[in-house]
Amino acid sequence: MLEINALRAGITDKEILKGIDLIVPTGEVHAIMGPNGSGKSTLSYILSGRDGYDVTGGTAMFDGHDLLEMDPEERAAAGLFLAFQYPVELPGVNNANFLRTALNAQRRARGEEELDAVKFLKLARAEIKRLSMADDMLKRNVNVGFSGGEKKRNEVLQMAILRPKLAILDETDSGLDIDALKIVADGVNALRSPDFSALVITHYQRLLDYIVPDRVHVLAGGRIIRSGGPELAHELEANGYAAVVAEAA
Amino acid sequence: MAAVAETLDTVAAVTEGGYKWGFSTDIEMDMAPKGLNEDIVRLISSRKNEPAWLLEWRLKAFALWKKLDEPNWAKIHHAPIDYQDLHYYAAPKKKQGPKSLDEVDPELLKMYEKLGIPLKEHAILAGVEPVEGERPPIAIDAVFDSVSVATTFKDTLAKSGVIFCPISEAVHSHPELVRQYLGSVVPAGDNYFAALNSAVFSDGSFVFIPKGVRCPMELSTYFRINARNTGQFERTLIIVEDGGHVSYLEGCTAPQRDENQLHAAVVELVALTDATIKYSTVQNWYPGDADGKGGIYNFVTKRGACRGARSKISWTQVETGSAITWKYPSCVLIGDGSVGEFYSVAVTTNRQQADTGTKMIHIGKNTKSTIVSKGISAGRSDNTYRGLVRIMKNADGARNFTQCDSLLIGDQCGAHTVPYIESRNPTAKTEHEATTSKIAEDQLFYCRQRGLSQEDAVGLIVNGFCKDVLKELPMEFAVEAQKLLAVSLEGSVG
Repeated sequence: MLEINALRAGITDKEILKGIDLIVPTGEVHAIMGPNGSGKSTLSYILSGRDGYDVTGGTAMFDGHDLLEMDPEERAAAGLFLAFQYPVELPGVNNANFLRTALNAQRRARGEEELDAVKFLKLARAEIKRLSMADDMLKRNVNVGFSGGEKKRNEVLQMAILRPKLAILDETDSGLDIDALKIVADGVNALRSPDFSALVITHYQRLLDYIVPDRVHVLAGGRIIRSGGPELAHELEANGYAAVVAEAA
Repeated sequence: MAAVAETLDTVAAVTEGGYKWGFSTDIEMDMAPKGLNEDIVRLISSRKNEPAWLLEWRLKAFALWKKLDEPNWAKIHHAPIDYQDLHYYAAPKKKQGPKSLDEVDPELLKMYEKLGIPLKEHAILAGVEPVEGERPPIAIDAVFDSVSVATTFKDTLAKSGVIFCPISEAVHSHPELVRQYLGSVVPAGDNYFAALNSAVFSDGSFVFIPKGVRCPMELSTYFRINARNTGQFERTLIIVEDGGHVSYLEGCTAPQRDENQLHAAVVELVALTDATIKYSTVQNWYPGDADGKGGIYNFVTKRGACRGARSKISWTQVETGSAITWKYPSCVLIGDGSVGEFYSVAVTTNRQQADTGTKMIHIGKNTKSTIVSKGISAGRSDNTYRGLVRIMKNADGARNFTQCDSLLIGDQCGAHTVPYIESRNPTAKTEHEATTSKIAEDQLFYCRQRGLSQEDAVGLIVNGFCKDVLKELPMEFAVEAQKLLAVSLEGSVG
């Protein structure tokens, strides 16, 4: 379970998150929607431990771990996965090597046995097949020369292989055509289980047609101003954020 | 940018205590008095019982050296070197050179063991078949300060006609070959440091691969500077006759000392028709401490002549050590269709300065050269690629491809690329590509979010950056080199 309590954070001299309260129970998928500049990406970075942000108050607990006290790699090993809005290129590092190193680092941290190359490839190939991706995905350098859609698919593949307990998808739908959107959604839906939860950050309701959330939260001005069921996403789509923001003010 | 400061601290911690090869060995030494003059040159020559022609050759080089000036065009800075304040000859005390490994000073064997250099042939000598999966044998010449202390597998190699021995021995056992080729690629007056080396060179390896022979194992020389205030001036000469093939590796380390030590080597390669020479270096001389105190001054002239048609010389180097590196392994492509290659990774951290690159001189028709240089700078170091591609008038159809990539770590280091391209033939084609990049915060964060530690992330990114070069190294060296890169850069990223 992810439990965020009165979280305040920002960058030097500027508070971006002004007291976030949010609970994502294990097994649920929650969506966070909101206008540009509302703090959606900041929230995902703070939860995953990116440098450059100051947390000025509040807590973020995940399955009993105090996230804010942990290094990014410790959070990863605890089961937190961030699907990046802009996946990063790693020239000369092939996907298979990258993923195996990452998976084994996590397994080592959890005291589990590492996977040898053969076992890893078997696992990776099975996931690639399940996600209807191209076989050469593993041989290619991490995100180098990938189209926007391929990069997002690669995020989904990594997620499928790393099997997180909590996935944060930071506008994974931006710039995707409808086919790619379906692949991303299928990837998330395949992981849905009583042990898995997800925080889906998005601008648009479109993605939520494919990943149907249990709850929808509206983030504006650094606060969650409204929460509701999946129907809230439709309301936002129909009336725009301005109406909800005005109503909350 | 908290991570920057934090990791720069880590790199400081690591590099200060991190040079694992910095121990010194207590060995009784035979030392020449400090200083350089004709008498010292004569002394070196007489210690080695050299024939008159070689002494004359040395003296001529010494005369040239006195007239030459230290080169000043490289982007390196150091206090003036007092050439009279150095010992020019230092050798472990022994009545005679060891005849076999059993006679080598056990202290020396222990030191090489500590360095991970196997100076043993036991498995092979005892007639035991090598176990599958075990590392294949490598013949090693170990050079300690000024002299070669042991050469392994000489007899095995001799069976296929390969000569692999200290050059001081070759002067006596194969004088005709040494006389014919010594200085034929790097003449004594080539440059200041080559002249110095020619006057006082002490030892080094000699390799001769006869016609049509593919050398049955990797050959390797391991250089170790131990003595204090001593210059090391080794000289390597490799000759491969028609259709021959050799892969040669060189490794270097030195004790951690506060004063700078001078290393001025010369390497000459000769490839005749259809011959191939692959020369790999992992250079890890002591780089000095975080404040730039101590470390080796590495002024090296390496050049290969592709004299025969379709001959090929390939240089691969991984340079992580030395306070100063001044080194441009070059190929003179004389034979038609000959090929020159240069693959380089140069890492500088702390106050290290590297000015390194290559020269490809295209003389023959349809000659081809490839240059791939990867420079990685961290700390307050300076890393310069300096390369010359010269296409001569008759080199119809010559081709060159150059790629220079620089990776910056932190914001206090420098990377510089200085390519010279001279083409005197209109049919020639040259290409030059260059990039400069930083290990970005977002690359590191991406890796860490997936579970990698900061160190592993840096290692992964740097190894990815160097991949095109590392894949040119012989398998086992590549693994060593990857580890060395990781150690050299441990924690240096933010």
